[in-house]
Amino acid sequence: MSAPFQRHRLTPWILMAPQLGIVLVFFFWPALQAIEQAFYVEDAFGLSREFAGLANFKAVLSDATYYQALGTTLVFSLAVAFGAMSIALLLAVMADRVIRGARIYRTLLVWPYAVAPAVAGVLWLFLFDPTLGLISGLLGDVGIDWDHKLNGAQALALVIMASVWKQMSYNFVFFLAALQALPKSLLEAAAIDRAGPWRRFWTITFPLLSPTAFFLLVMNSVYAFFETFGTIDTVTSGGPGGATTTLVYKVYQDGFVGQDMGSSAAQSVLLMALVGGLTWFQFRYVERKVQY
Amino acid sequence: MHYRRPGLDRLSHALLALCCLLFLLPVWLAFTASTHTLGALYSQTASLWFGEAGWDNYRHLLSGSVGGLGTDVLTLLINSTLMALGIAIGKIAISVLAAYAIVFFRFPFRRLCFWLIFITLMLPVEVRILPTFEVVADLGLLDSYAGLILPLIASATATFLLRQFYLTIPPEMVEAARIDGAGPWRFLRDILLPLSKTNLAALFVIMFLYGWNQYLWPLLITNDADYLTIVVGLKRLLTSADGLVPWQNVTATAILAMLPPIVVILLMQRYFVKGLVDNEK
Repeated sequence: MSAPFQRHRLTPWILMAPQLGIVLVFFFWPALQAIEQAFYVEDAFGLSREFAGLANFKAVLSDATYYQALGTTLVFSLAVAFGAMSIALLLAVMADRVIRGARIYRTLLVWPYAVAPAVAGVLWLFLFDPTLGLISGLLGDVGIDWDHKLNGAQALALVIMASVWKQMSYNFVFFLAALQALPKSLLEAAAIDRAGPWRRFWTITFPLLSPTAFFLLVMNSVYAFFETFGTIDTVTSGGPGGATTTLVYKVYQDGFVGQDMGSSAAQSVLLMALVGGLTWFQFRYVERKVQY
Repeated sequence: MHYRRPGLDRLSHALLALCCLLFLLPVWLAFTASTHTLGALYSQTASLWFGEAGWDNYRHLLSGSVGGLGTDVLTLLINSTLMALGIAIGKIAISVLAAYAIVFFRFPFRRLCFWLIFITLMLPVEVRILPTFEVVADLGLLDSYAGLILPLIASATATFLLRQFYLTIPPEMVEAARIDGAGPWRFLRDILLPLSKTNLAALFVIMFLYGWNQYLWPLLITNDADYLTIVVGLKRLLTSADGLVPWQNVTATAILAMLPPIVVILLMQRYFVKGLVDNEK
């Protein structure tokens, strides 16, 4: 479109100013500082600092706990993405099947999206409280001792369940919308050719859903990476023994709790590179709208 | 539709209903627990039905200073509301203006401006925790509403979504408005904003939920209980007691913390779903 308001030279800058101001002050300035900080080592009191080259990065990358956090992040993200997406897909397929009530089911399943990750964590913490939790009590009856304060695997499982519970509704909304937009003629043709519901799903519906599924995979990974900070902090605070410390949680712990500026900044820079890669990946996908 | 199978439909209904109940279970248990006294709670495993202390628990939380918080929960609710509204309205306001400039004006560095905004998607608070904290501290915004709101109101998503919508406005409409003597501000106010009402409503729901559910940022910059939000306050309640967790207070606060966003999402579900699904395009 040709620009309609061409003679106004100052107006666009007035319009852009608030957004640009916020972006420069609170995004780019801190990001640049993080990059600068990553190359310096500060003394214990934060009074002086020295240029250290890549020493911070070397320290981070040779630290066993960093790799532990990386592993935890991968397990956590994959479990949350897979869990939240498969439950959502199953429910969306069923809600799409029933002619009446799809909207009611959407209402009944969409609300967990509105619950804060930290609040979701508290709800699940209560279900699994070692002394009075309902599910931990039931597990105790069948001989499983539940104590996520001591058992790292149980702690991770708890954080995963709370995150899946919250994220499922997001995926459900997308899958249901995608299913309802599928061309019905294809499915009817397959039915006339005597393909059963199972076969129709795997040979027609599922391949047609794959762009949505791919988009959701990226979104779920981003969610598991960043937004679950609140869940982890309320449920386990990264413990026991770092079993639920993700990369993001570690930046917070080392920088804000441990006051190790250089290391935290180096971790921030590594994370930015990682997110940059993910965003680029997603953007390419959005640009091309891959059809399978 | 002759290929429907009634048996499978009934199974679908049954499974869906079961899952709806299962998803409700954590909230239900928290709700019932919030109506028991601490003593009653710890005398058994969590009860599936209500106790007698409901009114007392909620009244106590909302009116008096709560141990471990240093303030009452009503203050936290007000803070959360102010923060969520500030973030939602702020994000929408500055994104409307920025997208308007990008689509309807030609100026030097236009593409660069768009990219600068777009790149912020790669810089969530979580990856620039310390330096952002330092910037906000240098500006003297710790423990203030401005500090809670301002650093979070840049929005690549909203700018991008509005840009996509503005691009669909036919140029003839702009031309007609211009011939009738409408300047850029008049066009924005009288034509563009009324046209984008649904998009703005959709963005409002998503951004309100985003603002209300913030955790890390308010945790970092608020020490003063007067500026604490309810989501962050929850963790303080949880860890305040040395002995038994005061679950009746924690669950009641959790219920209060999720009530406003759930009401918003249910009331505005149509816009919310539209906003989410449109975001993908």
